[in-house]
Amino acid sequence: MSNYLKLIALGLVILFSMIAANYARDIAYMVHAIIIMVISAGLFIHTLRNTDEPVLNPAPQNEYFDSVVRFGVVATAFWGVVGFLVGVIIAFQLAFPVLNFEWAQGYANFGRLRPLHTSAVIFAFGGNALIATSFYIVQRTSAARLWGGNLAWFVFWGYQLFIVLAATGYLLGGSQSKEYAEPEWYIDLWLTVVWVAYLAVFLGTVIKRKEPHIYVANWFFLAFIVTVAMLHVVNNLTIPVSIWGSKSVIVWAGVQDAMVQWWYGHNAVGFFLTAGFLGMMYYFIPKQAERPVFSYKLSIIHFWALIFLYIWAGPHHLHYTALPDWASTLGMVFSVILWMPSWGGMINGLMTLSGAWDKLRTDPVIRMMVISVGFYGMSTFEGPMMSIRAVNSLSHYTDWTIGHVHSGALGWNGMITFGALYYLTPVLWKRERLYSLRLVDYHFWLATIGIVLYAASMWVTGIMEGLMWREVDANGFLVNSFADTVAAKKPMNIVRGLGGVMFLSGALIMCYNLWMTVRRAPAKEASLSVTVPAE
Amino acid sequence: MTKPSKKYEGDPNTTGHVWDGIEEFDNPMPRWWLWTFYICIIWGIGYVIAYPAWPMINGATTGLLGWSTRGNVAAEIAAVDEANAPMNAKLEAAELDGIAGDAELGPYAVSSGSAVFKTWCAQCHGSGAAGAKGYPNLLDDDWLWGGSMEDIHITVSHGIRNEDSDEARYSEMPAFGRDEMLEDSEIDEVVNFVMSLSGEAQDASKVAAGAVVFEDNCSSCHAEDGTGDIYQGAPNLADAIWLYGGDYATLTDTVSNSRYGVMPAWNTRLSEAQIRAVSAYVHQLGGGE
Repeated sequence: MSNYLKLIALGLVILFSMIAANYARDIAYMVHAIIIMVISAGLFIHTLRNTDEPVLNPAPQNEYFDSVVRFGVVATAFWGVVGFLVGVIIAFQLAFPVLNFEWAQGYANFGRLRPLHTSAVIFAFGGNALIATSFYIVQRTSAARLWGGNLAWFVFWGYQLFIVLAATGYLLGGSQSKEYAEPEWYIDLWLTVVWVAYLAVFLGTVIKRKEPHIYVANWFFLAFIVTVAMLHVVNNLTIPVSIWGSKSVIVWAGVQDAMVQWWYGHNAVGFFLTAGFLGMMYYFIPKQAERPVFSYKLSIIHFWALIFLYIWAGPHHLHYTALPDWASTLGMVFSVILWMPSWGGMINGLMTLSGAWDKLRTDPVIRMMVISVGFYGMSTFEGPMMSIRAVNSLSHYTDWTIGHVHSGALGWNGMITFGALYYLTPVLWKRERLYSLRLVDYHFWLATIGIVLYAASMWVTGIMEGLMWREVDANGFLVNSFADTVAAKKPMNIVRGLGGVMFLSGALIMCYNLWMTVRRAPAKEASLSVTVPAE
Repeated sequence: MTKPSKKYEGDPNTTGHVWDGIEEFDNPMPRWWLWTFYICIIWGIGYVIAYPAWPMINGATTGLLGWSTRGNVAAEIAAVDEANAPMNAKLEAAELDGIAGDAELGPYAVSSGSAVFKTWCAQCHGSGAAGAKGYPNLLDDDWLWGGSMEDIHITVSHGIRNEDSDEARYSEMPAFGRDEMLEDSEIDEVVNFVMSLSGEAQDASKVAAGAVVFEDNCSSCHAEDGTGDIYQGAPNLADAIWLYGGDYATLTDTVSNSRYGVMPAWNTRLSEAQIRAVSAYVHQLGGGE
């Protein structure tokens, strides 16, 4: 019966997307309508073929729902490589503008590829990592199968559709020009639906848990999912110009729009890239180190302090702008107070290793996790420092900001995700061990040196261009033109690109290693691979 | 796959909870962490009292220090303006031709003019003033409207072919092809002639015919020998310096469709002292007359 409803719904979607493709006012909208039409048609045929047929091999309902996590692991690795590759391309486009090829103008020039890079890394790589690991962790730490049956599949595939629509939209010019919130209105609506489903699956699993308490990782995941839903909705309140076009107009105006945008933007960092990934850290580090978490008290206090303080820190992105001074002050003060709550996670991560420090020598996976926490600590010190108005007047609009973001994204988010993938792959595919620890070691060093090259070159150019912009002669006259600062950055832009190449190579080595783990590593004995929820 | 945590002699107590083998120690929060957190909070309270911070019904608290970003930048600008006021007054009063020779005014005008140039002029003329296609190179002595201090000063003040200033320099070359004033064959000939003035024609056999076309149609502005006329902004066509390009295709385009380069009037945006300073800066770049 439900299949008939599904068929009717899919049929309506196909019909609507055909009409939409016909009346489309712009190319991005038309391509999206066609993509949705093709996907719905495929689903329609698939559903039709299974309607009124006996169900073969129904999935056992008393096991952990790991197939969706396996897909998540693959998607994370795939989108990671895509995101890093686009990053390398645009890094070299900055160093060598000729790489903005004439034939690719309007599709693959820097302006179009830059949001593709940021979204691919944050939302495709990071988002898939968060969805996959949260689905894995919430089951293990709740001793319960994911709630909602196939809803978890809907979350996974719905999220991939969101990524594809967003990415193709950027290339074709469908962007609402809000940083990290570029996708246009109908993609925002779709993401809202997927996100609510994600919340339902996660919360449903927590509610039906068999453990008496909720593990700290799940606090962070839940805070991440709830807050991102709120941020996403408020920052994307737009009115479409036409239902047949991608363009929309935001309801916020002027400085209020800027404030809402950076309230969103900063908390995308705070809740997506910090809280969510802390959830990951709180599971994989104690598991890999096989040691108890350092301090339960610290985790409670730093969790609530982090959640309360982060949400106010956004105005520090708008120092010395049309934003009123009072808002700028509050953003700065909350950012500085946020320093210790952020570091609470670092302390808990690092100190969990006390008693297991020797593993740093023998286990490159835990080394990856530790350096990730190290980069986390560095970025969460650098961030509050850069939020101080006097520092910000030098650092704002310079490459220093770019370096800061990348020491966080590559160092903290990237490394902890790599660690999680190295942990999860043997477990999920029931292998005895990883294919090669030596390759993990290569990955570790390539990635680490790549990040250091990247961050160090951006510190140098950032501070240099900040000083050049404000340089005045004895009479108070400006010394440099803007183009002078662009020319001066060239060598460091090349170093940045090389750092990116190293980071990308490390990720490719990881993909090979994970692939070979699935293909070649010895299988785990059945008795050890129990995937049934406890009790 | 539940592997319990390893424990050692002397480990603190755990809280007693276990999730998938993960336990938690009942350690206190590190003191240094807690105290640094408290100090940050106390500092934050002090800061929001000292600086503008809390939104009220009518505006926000201004803070005990009375500091504001706008007040800050206004004070800095006022300080620089005040320090430079005597020099700017002198600059405005000076004879244009006397600025460069004045031991005090000359260097001042050049450094001030350099900053004006990098802020307002570099977008078109390049930060090194070497120009680009359609934007004249200011380093050479090939002037469209004259290269004396006075000429440059007029050009900067009023601009070229704009609607901001009634005194903007103005001239307009006819679009000989688009407006059907010349046949295509005549354009072909005159382009070959113009190319021959400073180099090689594409088709030498057409130069002689082109010379006739040139004399009838072009010489009134560009002069009979093609050396141009700075009073009409008519470029010198015989010096191998090209604003849009000296190849056959570009010249054909220029003759057929004309050109209409525009420069804004800067007296609506810059002070007289700044205009004089940037004129002096451009004048000393190499081509000043």
